Amino acid sequence: MDPAISVKGLTKQFGPRTVVDKVTFSANIGEVLGFLGPNGAGKSTTMKMIVGFLSPSEGSAEVCGFDVLKDPLDVKRSVGYLPEGAPAYPDMTSLGFLRFVSGIRGFNGSEREERVQNAVRMTRIEEVAQQPIETLSKGYKRRVGLAQALLHDPKVLILDEPTDGLDPNQKQVVRDLIKEMASTKCIIISTHILEEVDAVCSRAMIIASGKVVADGSPSELKSQSGSGDLEEVFRKVTLNA
Amino acid sequence: MRNVRLIFIREFAAYFATPLAYVFIVIFLMLAGLLTFFMGGFLERDQADLVPFFEFHPWLYLFLVPALSMRLWAEERKLGTIELFLTLPISMTQAVTGKFLAAWAFSVTSLLLTFPFWITVNYLGNPDNGVVCASYIGSALMAGAYLAIGSMISACTKNQVIAFVITTATCFVLTLAGSPVILDFFSAWASADIVQAVGNFGFLPHFQSIQRGVIDFRDVIFFGSIIIIALIANAVIIDWRKAT
Repeated sequence: MDPAISVKGLTKQFGPRTVVDKVTFSANIGEVLGFLGPNGAGKSTTMKMIVGFLSPSEGSAEVCGFDVLKDPLDVKRSVGYLPEGAPAYPDMTSLGFLRFVSGIRGFNGSEREERVQNAVRMTRIEEVAQQPIETLSKGYKRRVGLAQALLHDPKVLILDEPTDGLDPNQKQVVRDLIKEMASTKCIIISTHILEEVDAVCSRAMIIASGKVVADGSPSELKSQSGSGDLEEVFRKVTLNA
Repeated sequence: MRNVRLIFIREFAAYFATPLAYVFIVIFLMLAGLLTFFMGGFLERDQADLVPFFEFHPWLYLFLVPALSMRLWAEERKLGTIELFLTLPISMTQAVTGKFLAAWAFSVTSLLLTFPFWITVNYLGNPDNGVVCASYIGSALMAGAYLAIGSMISACTKNQVIAFVITTATCFVLTLAGSPVILDFFSAWASADIVQAVGNFGFLPHFQSIQRGVIDFRDVIFFGSIIIIALIANAVIIDWRKAT
């Protein structure tokens, strides 16, 4: 079987700056892959290329066997994507927004509504479903973004900093959700919170200056340092990059 | 088609989700009325037609239409929703078309709400309703051309004020392109052919010829091609620099 995500030599240059530098990896269903790295390391840019928002300067990315450049629409159909900061139309209600996405995802009539309700239940946003998104707290807004990403039950979920800026309770809700879906999907999350890796990831990639500097299960990464401390490994590999 | 419809509905509803739609419609109708009665001498002319109403449309659109178009893409960039919007399974053509059609439908709605003028003039006399109808079509086409240019300019920036100012300036030049103000500027140094070409780009002559009641195919093609070219450029610009 093809891997759910296959990335080869992915590179992005903005003018003279190389933001992502020959990133190569693949990930399968059942994996929760964490992108770790300092701010500005190229995590978001890598994700934006995989979901077909930015086009790569070099290299290729395939999602569920579809090439991002050749079949961008098929890639977009197979992926659920939560952009950084969970942007959503502020003047729409959560329900209105999810109905719009559900329609665009190709669902009709009762199925369109069912998908929306299901996503609302999974992300537990029932009580704010009728509110305009601009009135929501950060945590709820993030969950509306998540609801939008998993509404069509995609094989691949790409979540850019899904727990950033949330309080501990809200973080727990999001992490539980990710764990719940982990066995049937291929999930990539980006974070600069190291505890998150222990909490949800089955595999972690440390990215620094656009390059993959470490790749393995959390325990493998920890064993790279004498003390078994992820933070130490993180500092060691990112400071030299 | 389905996606264009869904985007259209979302965008059209977005105008009414904020006070924007109501403010726009009220101001548009008030200004149209003031200009028609006071500057156009609607009643003093003693003629049953809507010429004094339509002749101000290019100037009214000049600063009202950019207020509609400025948000189309600049707001998506500012809010970051462009990233969400363009990673949904829709093509660039559908995205650009859906947004443009919603803005156009909204401006046509405002235009149609001026129907009391038409009723008034029919009550007071016997106007040539064919001419009135043609004028409405001409006005709608011109609004579409302004909007398409505005949408293209909105795609270049995340600052709505910049989009507004540049759109107004661009539309001002295009509106006046056939008039001495612009032509004199070109005739000082350009060849006669170029001056002629620039002159043909003026919105006013095309609008005025439709306003006389003749829907000339060439005028329709003129506005239609402005719309299509501006929207293609719009799509190219978005594709070219999505992130910033």
